[in-house]
Amino acid sequence: MSARKEETAVETTKDRGTAVELTRDQPVFAPATDIYERDDSMLVVCDMPGVDEKHLDITLEEGVLTILGYADATTPSEHELIYRGYTPGVFRRAFTLGAEADPEKIRAKISNGVLRLEIGKTEKARPRKIPVVSE
Amino acid sequence: MFWPDIRGVGFDPFSEMRRLQREVNRLFEGYGEAGDAWPSMNVWSNRNEVVVSAEVPGVDPNDLRVTVQNDVFTLEGERKPEDPGEGVVNHRAEREFGRFARSVRLPYEVDNAKAVAKYRNGILTVTLPRSELSKPRQIAVASE
Repeated sequence: MSARKEETAVETTKDRGTAVELTRDQPVFAPATDIYERDDSMLVVCDMPGVDEKHLDITLEEGVLTILGYADATTPSEHELIYRGYTPGVFRRAFTLGAEADPEKIRAKISNGVLRLEIGKTEKARPRKIPVVSE
Repeated sequence: MFWPDIRGVGFDPFSEMRRLQREVNRLFEGYGEAGDAWPSMNVWSNRNEVVVSAEVPGVDPNDLRVTVQNDVFTLEGERKPEDPGEGVVNHRAEREFGRFARSVRLPYEVDNAKAVAKYRNGILTVTLPRSELSKPRQIAVASE
């Protein structure tokens, strides 16, 4: 059931490779993402350390929701790097929204380097309870 | 200057090799997971201080514990899982949760009383001034 639902809900393009290249000379990473589905909305949670709300672009074009975040790459001045475990770069990931997503009801919030995208579903796509009356 | 620095942070040739392998794999994949062990860390230094930064997105600063003993820096903490609530279907779970601890050896001993830690946008930055005792001292040469 969940496999079928995923097809219709949100599809990610992590495995498709770099279809779009950026002109900046910075590495591009796909942020680690969790996707939850509720009856009336989808919740997409992405880890984007070093990104604040001013360096984040979220666009919706032809049903594809693209998130693009630039991590703060300032390094301590007058210091020499002696161990590198990560490289500040660009976080980029695209999601294909299904017909049940309502483009008017997308809310994005970033705090402590974690982006939360709430995508509301259209009225039609929400499960409906049918009242039963006894006669 | 180069060698003592590398040895100073617990240089492990195999870990460097694994890191290189990951970097190369990432080049061919196009996309990859950012960073190394969780949490990913960078270490900078100069003559007077060491700066350690770590990627800890979504971790409450109150759940982070930074300790320094002699020249070993340890970052411990816990990333609490999301509370999705009732009746929620989880389609994708790539983010990791739970307790973590990571230590790095610094190039010299630091004065932990003067250490400053800041948390911003999911990145922890700790500045550790060098301890007076570990600073090189110049010995005056007197001619007789």
